[in-house]
Amino acid sequence: MAVEKVTRSWSNSINVVTIGEGDNAVRVGGETTLPFLHDEGDMPHRPKIALDVFDAVPDTWSGVLVQALGEAADDAVAWAKKGQEMGVDLISLHMTAHAREEDPASPQECAELARAVCDAVDLPLIVWGADEEKPDNAMYPAVSQALAGERCLLGAATEENYRTLTATCIADGHNIIGQSPIDINICKQVNVLVSDMGMPLDKIVIYPCNGALGYGLEYAYSIIERTRLAALGGDRLMSMPVLVEVGPEVQRAKEVKASEEEMPQWGSQAKRGIAWEATTAVSYLQSGADIVTLCHPQAVDLVKEYIDSFMDD
Amino acid sequence: MIIVGERLNGQFGDVEQAIKQKDESIIKDLVDAQVEAGSDYLDVNVGTAVPSREKADAMVWMVETIQKFTDVPLAIDSPIDEVLKVGVEACEHPPLINSAQADPEELNDYIQLAMKHDASLIALTMDEDGVPNDVAKRVELAGNIVVAAMEAGMPFDRLFIDVVALPVRATQAQPGIVLEAISQLQGIADPSPHFIIGLSNVSQGAVKRSLINRTYLVMCMAMGLDAAILDPMDEELMDALITTELLLNKQIYSDSFLNAYRSSKRRG
Repeated sequence: MAVEKVTRSWSNSINVVTIGEGDNAVRVGGETTLPFLHDEGDMPHRPKIALDVFDAVPDTWSGVLVQALGEAADDAVAWAKKGQEMGVDLISLHMTAHAREEDPASPQECAELARAVCDAVDLPLIVWGADEEKPDNAMYPAVSQALAGERCLLGAATEENYRTLTATCIADGHNIIGQSPIDINICKQVNVLVSDMGMPLDKIVIYPCNGALGYGLEYAYSIIERTRLAALGGDRLMSMPVLVEVGPEVQRAKEVKASEEEMPQWGSQAKRGIAWEATTAVSYLQSGADIVTLCHPQAVDLVKEYIDSFMDD
Repeated sequence: MIIVGERLNGQFGDVEQAIKQKDESIIKDLVDAQVEAGSDYLDVNVGTAVPSREKADAMVWMVETIQKFTDVPLAIDSPIDEVLKVGVEACEHPPLINSAQADPEELNDYIQLAMKHDASLIALTMDEDGVPNDVAKRVELAGNIVVAAMEAGMPFDRLFIDVVALPVRATQAQPGIVLEAISQLQGIADPSPHFIIGLSNVSQGAVKRSLINRTYLVMCMAMGLDAAILDPMDEELMDALITTELLLNKQIYSDSFLNAYRSSKRRG
């Protein structure tokens, strides 16, 4: 007996956010259904991959990743160019040097670096702070201004610290990331606060502070899913595309950091890191993520292949 | 919750004056205020502002005037067939037709009218015998309405069943009967039609009307009411409505939940 396919129609769609200008622009969002349910609704813009690029390689990263990135990891501009060669959709640039205790980079130096990265690639930029309120609030305006008109995605605004960044993004025409600590209520609250300052709803992207596989993935997964259900059901303050940070989170997992000497039963450390990143990313794609950020070149290849296989375009 | 703003009704003094003097500014102020307050539809009723023979013209003037100021769809409200039809025809967006009784012939005429204009329809659980005094008759009439809509191929998301709220001051058992009817009608069809009441009826002739209205709205929503004709400019009423949606898990909580609901509606 043929089983009838059950589909439903939703009253609302996810906002389309445009990141970047002109030929470099990418669009995310626009879904009228849950992820990859092509028989039920549209997914007009495929999920995007961003390469995580840092102004300085975090000293906690595993040697195998640093090795895989090669010399490019010594210089953010070269690193970003490598990302373009790898075929990613965006560069996710992390500013950390302005927040270090010894000899912090000045806002102007951060701005120069951001501009140099932007000029070096034909890809739109995501630019992060260091999650440190005071140095971030000094850095954001300089970086934002240096990138004015490039329609970047800057982040992240939190419930406690959103005013400077929001005002700056509005002034320079950027999109903004609204960050919440795996908490759907705060997620909505941040969107309210940011939009009440005049930020259009279609210039906000949700970042739910997801963890890696084994580190609370299922909490973020169900929050993203519930956010998406609320959005499709009509809640305009939850109708933003979702970004998940996969690469840097995976680098915190002991399963990725432990060497083969320490954990011989876990097999090749090089393969483990790639598999951990790809598995985390595809799980979030199935929950509704529109942008995944990745570190390892081979994880990028695997996730690209996965997205290709799930899209019917 | 689907909110039908009730204030553009000739029974209110300011609207009566606007109709008589063709004063667009009064209409505009009421349109703006009700849209700002979150109306999904604006009810349009000429009331008793003009003699019967002038009502159709008054309706057309109201519809055309309101549409100068908003794209929010209208609920065309008249007990007179002709007035209702010219109102529906003047609409630029598919309206909500308010309303049909459950007598088969009238009901079918109005379903056809709604289908012709891609409109939605409010059907009352009352017939030529009047408003039922009990739960069972209301449920029976609602069943007849659902069957008629189904036979005509009308999508249920365009069907609003009005379980007819009556003044508590006149018939004190009625509010409870209506609550029970709403409750029993949940699951009458899948997908479900909407359930609506004219909320202000319940406080007709009573004091502390706003308190009665908002208390009763909360009770009805808890039973499954998902639409109401009400005064969206009554801020405490809207606060109660929003909070009820939250408590029924129909809105995701945020610390700014009142503001969030309102701004989400405004930006719709």
